[in-house]
Parts: sequence; structure tokens; C-alpha cells
Amino acid sequence: MIRMRDLRKDFSVRVPAGRLRREKRLVSAVDGVSLTIEPGEMVGYIGPNGAGKSTTLKMLTGVLSPTSGEVSVFGLTPVPQRTRLALRIGVVFGQRSQLWWDLPLRESFRLLRHVYQVPPAEHEQRLRRCREMLDLDAFLDTPVRQLSLGQRMRGEITAALLHGPKVLFLDEPTIGLDVVSKQAVRSFLAELGATGAVTVVLTTHDLADIERLCDRLVVIDHGRVVHDGTIEALHARYGSRRSLVVDLDSPLPAGFVLPGTSVAGVEADGHRVTFALDETSAAAAVAGLVAVASVRDLSVVEPDIEDVVARLYRAG
Amino acid sequence: MSGIDARVLTISPDRPFRASITTFGALAWSGFRRYSTYRQATIAGSFTNIVFGFLRCYVLLAVAAGAVGNRPGGYDATQLVTYVWVGQGLLAVVGMWGWTDLADRIRTGDIASDLLRPVPPLVSYLAADLGRALHAVLTRFIGPLLAGVVFFELYRPHRPQTVPLFAISALLAVIGSFGCRYLVNATAYWLHDARGVQMLWTLGSGVLAGLSFPLRLLPEWAVATLWVATPLPGLLQTPLDVLVERDEPVTQVGLVALQAVWAVVLLRLAHVVQRRAERKLVVQGG
Ligand SMILES: Nc1ncnc2c1ncn2[C@@H]1O[C@H](COP(=O)(O)OP(=O)(O)OP(=O)(O)O)[C@@H](O)[C@H]1O
Ligand SMILES: [Mg+2]
Repeated sequence: MIRMRDLRKDFSVRVPAGRLRREKRLVSAVDGVSLTIEPGEMVGYIGPNGAGKSTTLKMLTGVLSPTSGEVSVFGLTPVPQRTRLALRIGVVFGQRSQLWWDLPLRESFRLLRHVYQVPPAEHEQRLRRCREMLDLDAFLDTPVRQLSLGQRMRGEITAALLHGPKVLFLDEPTIGLDVVSKQAVRSFLAELGATGAVTVVLTTHDLADIERLCDRLVVIDHGRVVHDGTIEALHARYGSRRSLVVDLDSPLPAGFVLPGTSVAGVEADGHRVTFALDETSAAAAVAGLVAVASVRDLSVVEPDIEDVVARLYRAG
Repeated sequence: MSGIDARVLTISPDRPFRASITTFGALAWSGFRRYSTYRQATIAGSFTNIVFGFLRCYVLLAVAAGAVGNRPGGYDATQLVTYVWVGQGLLAVVGMWGWTDLADRIRTGDIASDLLRPVPPLVSYLAADLGRALHAVLTRFIGPLLAGVVFFELYRPHRPQTVPLFAISALLAVIGSFGCRYLVNATAYWLHDARGVQMLWTLGSGVLAGLSFPLRLLPEWAVATLWVATPLPGLLQTPLDVLVERDEPVTQVGLVALQAVWAVVLLRLAHVVQRRAERKLVVQGG
């Protein structure tokens, strides 16, 4: 469905060198990405700011020519076959609008029906679905320029889906959404993905999007893929561990060691200690602890994807 | 190369012709609708055009009164007055100035959204511009025309073919103007800031399209050069000359044919430029 082989994009930028001279320098935004995405997959494409996510998506959708490497979507080469590809993919670039700025949302949708030449019944059916799921009715007749970011974004997602694309590229589709809108968008996408009929590639900085939606996680940094697999695989690879947080009546004695754990943090003058459960179970650790200290409260914390990802980003 | 063609009506060779017409029509309608939301701008623009109409009209009449035989450039007073007032209306229809949509979208990277549609940008912008022109015919064209009728005596065409020929000529003027503007805007693909070029275009086109004064006032050789070597007289002067029957019928048809040639050349050129740009285009912004 989607194939990239050793895909690269260099931007040439001019940087000041000396007082008047400007020097040409190459920035490697995407530096040899190879990925294959099968039909029906939902792939989360994440990475720190400037990692090359948007650049990759631009190349996949045909608006940016790769410097080198191969890329194909539906067997089409995106840039030269852009107009044909456009009929079959849906794209949301969260930071820009594909809607007609001065026209009401409803009219943008009607126009898109003609631009993509969608039969009226199909159009009607898809639009109805989006109106329900994304709660569009309240602002269907508002000109796009008067919509709030979150309202517009729901409109953008609808616009990307009205022609029934089999592949969706979403670049930060939940940017700027409130909690309720985010949930609406997520469950909408989840439902879409559950049918297995649509392939989704989405970038985000909200890892909850990924946890909720994507079975596959691709992490990119400095233009290179640094992880490709499930979230569990990521935890395993980085040895993320559960941890035990305990509140104590009095600080632990100096030099205290709890077998199979390491101290991950001490707060409140030693009244709260966090142990990373390296090689022991939570039960064993608790048992070991209550034997020597008076524990007021405790909780077991699952590994946090944000921590793992932060570690991954820092390592890069 | 599949899918891209500068010809107006072929939106995509893969798709049936009828459907392409519908798509083109819908895009034109979007242009019409868009401008119909700018009511205040329409009113303010009409007002300005009328005020400048009076200025230009009196200046030209003064020139005519001082000219040998009262026929400067071969126009009599009614023809001059008509030239001015219809010209003030046509100016808005042709829309030579103030269109920076494409350049702005290139600069901000929003051009990406245009490229993500299955219709080539040149085609969708042309359709939207024809919609804009139609809106201007129904709104901005009327005001100056009425002012001319009320305060002056306008020229009544004598030949039956004049009005239809004027309509064709005006349509070609819109397409020619669109082609020029598209090219001017497209310099933003290379320059990032097309304002300098825009400025040059605004200054040059007003004079060389025959807005400041009828180009027929210039010496013969200059007139010939301008008509053949540039599309500019075709943007305003030609349709107005057709309407006031400045030339013999055969000459008039010849001038309109020249407009048609220029329209094709400009669209072709815009198509080539767009293709070039797309190959090296760097879509700005994350
Ligand atoms: N038009 C451009 N000209 C020069 N350099 C660019 C251009 N666009 C992107 N870059 C550079 O390419 C790199 C990747 O940018 P990209 O927009 O793909 O990052 P991203 O992963 O989408 O980041 P973010 O999470 O901030 O959206 C960055 O270092 C950026 O500075
Ligand atoms: Mg980005």
C-alpha cells in the first residue's frame, strides 16, 4: 500500500556567514527512511519537533519531491502522479486549511463533492456520518474563517473523508482540540480504523492519540527511524518498568536497599519514595518494605509512554 | 504525463468530459460565491470606479476639445465618454489588480492544499476567476455604466455583431488578465516575495492596457508593437475599441483573434511555469 525505500529530503538553506555573505547549507530533513505499510494498518508517526514527520507526509502526498529514494502509494509515484493519487487519499495538515475560507462549511463540502466527483448518495451518506460523529451541525452554515480551531479541524477531517479515500494522512489532526473534541476525533478515527478498510498514517505530539489508535508506532528522529513496532515493544526495548510509590511516616534509614529495585526518586524530605521495579514483583517489594518501615500509603504505577518516548528523544 | 493539461475544459483525461464541466462549473461558482460575501468591498469598489470615471472623463474631454478636428486617436466625444465609462466597469470585471491569492498561498505554503486536490491549480484558479468575473459583471460593471448613461451621452453601437463580439472580447480579456496575473503571482515560487513584481505589474498594466488613456493616442509604430508583442492592450483596450466601433469590422475581428491567440499563449505559459514550479517546489511550513 505505502512503500518508502531509503527516502531522503535535503533542504538547502542560506545561513549568514560573515557580515554580508550567506552560505548555502544542506539540512537533511528526512535521512533515509524505509518503511512499508500494509492495507488497514494504523500507524502513529511520532518524533520530536523538526524530526521530519511533516516532510515525510508531504512526500507521501505528492506535494514535495524527494531528493532521493523511492516512494509509492497504491503503486503510484506521488509527485508525478499527484492528481490521480489525490482522488484516492485523504489528507489533513493540521496547521493549514483545505476549506474555502470565505464560504460556509456546508458549501465547502458541496464543492468537494464536485471536485472529487462523488455520487450524491455516497456523499450524503458520508457527510451524515461525519455530522453525527463529529457534531458538525452547530456550525455547518458558518463561514470557515469564523470557526474556532477545533471546529475547523473537525471540518477538515470531514473534508478529507468525503470522497471515501482508502488511505488517510493526518498531520497533527488533534492539534488545539479540547478534551471533548479530541475524544470525538479519536473515537471517529478508531471506528474508521476498526473496519480495516482504511489505512491511516498519523503524526501527533499527543501520545494518548497513539495509545488509543495505533497498533504500530514509528518513531523518527533527525530524519531517521529509531523505532518501528508496537508500544509494548517500545517499553520492552527501553526496559520501562512499573514503579512503586510509597508514602512513609518517617524517612528510610540511610543506605537502605530494597532487593530487586532501584530508587527512582525521593520527595517530601524522604517521606515519599519511588522505587523502580527492576527485577522483582510489586508484591515482593511491598513485603520487603513493610518489614522495615511504616508505610502510610502506596501505589503501583504503570510505565508511562511519555517517559519512554522522552527517553527515546533525548537519546537521539 | 497524465492528469495535467492546460486546456481549460480537460480537467483530467481519466474522467469524462461532462463531469469535468460540472467540476469546472462548481469551482467557478465558488469564485462567484466568494466575492458575493464581500459586499462592502463591492460597494466601495464601485464608488471608487465612478469617482475616477468622472476624473478620467473630464480629462479626456478636455484633451478632445484641444485636439485637431476634435478626434484624438480617431475617437469622437461620445466614443471617448463610452470608452471611459465602460472601461471603468470593465476594469473590475477584468480584475487586473489586487489579486495576490496564489502568491500568498505559495508564500505561506497553503498551496499544498491546492496541490492535494485532483484538479490542477491552474484550472481551479481559472474557474474561480471566471466566477469572480461573472460576479463583477453583475455588480461592479453596472455602476459606472449607469453613471455614464445618466450624466453623459454614451455611444450606441450601429453594427449588429458589435455587442456579441464585445462579450467575446471581454471574456478573452478576463482570461488574458488571469494568465498575466497567474504568471506574476507564480514568481513567488522562485522569489518568495512577489510584491516587487506585483508592483511592476500594477504600474505597467494600467498604462499599457489602455486604462490611463486610449493607446490609440500613441504613434502608429508603438500601437502596432504593443498589440502584437504584448497581451496588454487585449486586457482592456480591445474590448472597448470593439464596443465603440473604433475600427472596420474585419479589423475588429482580427483584434479579437489576436486576444484569443494571447489567451492561449498565456495559459500555456502559466501551465509550463506551474509544472516547473511543482518539480522544485518547497512547500513552506510544518
Ligand atoms: N521549507 C523548508 N526549508 C528549509 N528547511 C526546512 C523546510 N521545511 C522543513 N525544514 C527542516 O526540516 C526538518 C524537518 O521538518 P518537519 O517539518 O518535517 O518536522 P516535523 O517532524 O514535522 O516537526 P514538528 O513536530 O515540529 O511538526 C526541520 O529541521 C526543519 O527545519
Ligand atoms: Mg510537523
